[in-house]
Amino acid sequence: MLKATVYVTIKKSVLDPQGVAVQGALHSVGFQEVESLRIGKYMELTLDTNDREEAAKRLKDMCEKLLANTVIEDYRYELEG
Amino acid sequence: MKFAVLVFPGSNCDIDCYKAVKDTLGEPVDYVWHTATDLSDYDCIIVPGGFSYGDYLRCGAISRFAPVMNEVGKAAEQGKFVLGICNGFQILTEAGLLPGALRRNESIKFRCHDTTLKVVNNATPFTTDYAAGEEVVIPIAHGEGNYYCDEETLASLKANNQIVFTYTDNPNGSVADIAGICNERGNVVGMMPHPERAVNSLLGSEGGKQMFSSILKTWRDTHGTASVR
Repeated sequence: MLKATVYVTIKKSVLDPQGVAVQGALHSVGFQEVESLRIGKYMELTLDTNDREEAAKRLKDMCEKLLANTVIEDYRYELEG
Repeated sequence: MKFAVLVFPGSNCDIDCYKAVKDTLGEPVDYVWHTATDLSDYDCIIVPGGFSYGDYLRCGAISRFAPVMNEVGKAAEQGKFVLGICNGFQILTEAGLLPGALRRNESIKFRCHDTTLKVVNNATPFTTDYAAGEEVVIPIAHGEGNYYCDEETLASLKANNQIVFTYTDNPNGSVADIAGICNERGNVVGMMPHPERAVNSLLGSEGGKQMFSSILKTWRDTHGTASVR
């Protein structure tokens, strides 16, 4: 078994309206030091394999095909176990 | 001419689309479930608005893998007419049938009101009954209608006349005020506003009527008068 963690974030070049709103909210409650904030998605996957190399390849495919929309999003993943 | 209105779990504008075809054109129209694997009977496929698969992950991300979407791809390739409205537009971009992506509205608000659109390209099968530059009132109802594409894609959209509608008062932050686009061939159109909700003055506007009449007219022009009912 391998555990995978996938992070999907809006590309730096693309406006993240949710992030901007939450940053504004932090400012309004006194956290003026927050210069930027971006909101993304966090996904935990358990993979029925022990082959790390194959798992990494499959994860990349999952991200490109479904988990991220590469027109507007970046992704990265970590593998444990 | 035969119309299909696709139905995904979570579609909620399917009935409006069905009635718009029935009441405006009187042509045969069927609801087609997302598991269907044959669309060969249909001349125009409408991908309606709603929240397919709950918009889980991203709007349109899961529906683009529904079995019927393979058939939509084939139909588009054959030159049949494909119209994606709102969530339908999102699904068509996720499926790669149209370029770009839809992001959350810049205001973060769900916007539900009339908008004024400018008809930029009246040469698509969906817009021939409008005049170029004509302004029409068609409502929007979306939280993620902020059209995005990179500069290179925008340049090619402009060069190929693929921008079909723009907003006169951009309600969501879309790049270049884009409200609707088509593919290079012009037979696939996606738009965030809802023409099916603007086919009767009781609904506040009849600005969407010409979209439906354009489809039928274009189809008849290419299929001869034998099919006139």
